[in-house]
Amino acid sequence: MNLLRRNLPGALVVGIPVLWILVFMLLPYGIIVTYSFWLKKYPTFLPAFQFGNYVTLFTDPQYLRVFLRTLKISLLVSAASFLLAYPFAYYLVFRCRSQALRTWLYMAVIAPLWVSYLLRAYIWKTILGTEGVLNSFLMWLRIIDEPSSLFLYNQFSMVVTLTYIFIPFMVMPIYTALEKIPVNLTEASADLGMSPWRSFWHVTLPLSLPGVAAGFTLTFCLSFGDFIAPFLVGGPDGNLVANVIATQFGAALNWPLGSALAIVMLIVVLSIVSVSDRLERKGLTGGT
Amino acid sequence: MTKNTPSLMARYGADTAFMTFVAALMAFLYIPIWVLIAFSFNDSRSLTWPLSGFTLDWYRKLAENTDLQAAIGNSFYVASLATLLTLCVGVPAAMVLHRFDFPGKSVFRRLILLPITLPGIVTGISMLNMFRLMGFQLSLETVVLGHATALLGVVVTQVYARLQRLPKSLQEAAYDLGATPWRSFVDVTLPNIRSAIVGAGLLSFVLSFDEIPVTFFLTGRDNTLPMYIYSTMRRGVTPEINAVGTIIVLLSLLLIVVAVIATRERRK
Repeated sequence: MNLLRRNLPGALVVGIPVLWILVFMLLPYGIIVTYSFWLKKYPTFLPAFQFGNYVTLFTDPQYLRVFLRTLKISLLVSAASFLLAYPFAYYLVFRCRSQALRTWLYMAVIAPLWVSYLLRAYIWKTILGTEGVLNSFLMWLRIIDEPSSLFLYNQFSMVVTLTYIFIPFMVMPIYTALEKIPVNLTEASADLGMSPWRSFWHVTLPLSLPGVAAGFTLTFCLSFGDFIAPFLVGGPDGNLVANVIATQFGAALNWPLGSALAIVMLIVVLSIVSVSDRLERKGLTGGT
Repeated sequence: MTKNTPSLMARYGADTAFMTFVAALMAFLYIPIWVLIAFSFNDSRSLTWPLSGFTLDWYRKLAENTDLQAAIGNSFYVASLATLLTLCVGVPAAMVLHRFDFPGKSVFRRLILLPITLPGIVTGISMLNMFRLMGFQLSLETVVLGHATALLGVVVTQVYARLQRLPKSLQEAAYDLGATPWRSFVDVTLPNIRSAIVGAGLLSFVLSFDEIPVTFFLTGRDNTLPMYIYSTMRRGVTPEINAVGTIIVLLSLLLIVVAVIATRERRK
């Protein structure tokens, strides 16, 4: 009894999280894995063990096209976020001389995370639309004569919107990685006669790669799984994998296929996370 | 001296380039938010430039919108419960990761952190499947369970990071003085990680309040605020959404200030 009372807190501390993970993560994942092998038989589904759903996903050009499009959009979003975030983080860590300004600018980039994600997608819909703010503004300036439909409902608008939404996830890890680089390393390479460019290329950039990898992982995975922004700004050709999953669980009512698609998404995300984990660990051991 | 002039000029040039870049990035991030706010006060149905005149009509419409008010109430209910639950599970999970070594620990860690990178849609449909299978009715409570699971990773990373920075000697001293694990947690560990818990709780609350992908699949007849806004948006763009948006931006700003004050560490 005394033993139990002494160990009860410990048991709870371990037990609650483990139980939660079992019931609300492993069990649900197990269920979609099972469903992904089932058969669709209108109006319901039949328990079965067959790979038909996966075969459909990898042979039907319709799904392949969506998959490649999602890959392309997510890569573009990660690349755009990187190109914006890296110089910004570099400036904050190495060039900005005022501590207060640095804190303010960092906060300014992170703060939008606290503002509704949905709103940030909506704003771009109102800005880029045919009757939107940008078009009417350009017409007001007499740069264009009639509204252009170039801005909304295409891949450009999707990349802009997703970059806008997910850029804080690129800034945070890169900033942290750059901050950890000791200043005397760049000083040493300058003393040894390296030009600023060369010491950036050979010292700073390699040491910040773990942060870059983490940023790429986050922005890529987040845009890979998004279905709200594509729906709001993507237009008819803007369906991403997650939109297709949502349709399978909604109007199309094909849960087995939707589950198989979700499993593919899960595998893509898991492999990217483990690759970047390895990169980060390599960066850590290489750095010391 | 003369040798220095070109490098000084180069440095000046580089500084100017960096400043311009930072200014452009800030414009990219903040002009859209100002556009949102400006059009919430504009007296025209369409969101086109130039602004035509000032009105508070859109806010007046919000005040009369009972569906919206119900949705706000639902969101508060969901976000409070989800935050409470995710803290009750997340704080012990962070302690387990920090304190114990056991087989399968890396799998445990990865599973807990998975929802941070895992698209919400996977969490949403996998839990939807399970609830359907068990015969649960979808409701705000199933949304709470979904949110608590999806936000677990956020709480664990924040609390774990703080635990890592605590000196081990504190806890050892408590044990040496004869404190039970529970007492040493309450008297030694908890006060030291309190600000991390508050910060994680605030962040979870905001994220849950704003969550769509999981809610989309797990909610029954009741709408949360983002789901309500989302269904309005599907019908088209209206300045009423801008008005809700402006209020949300202001509240978020307030919360950020609260979070900064609450999580500020007393270092000195």
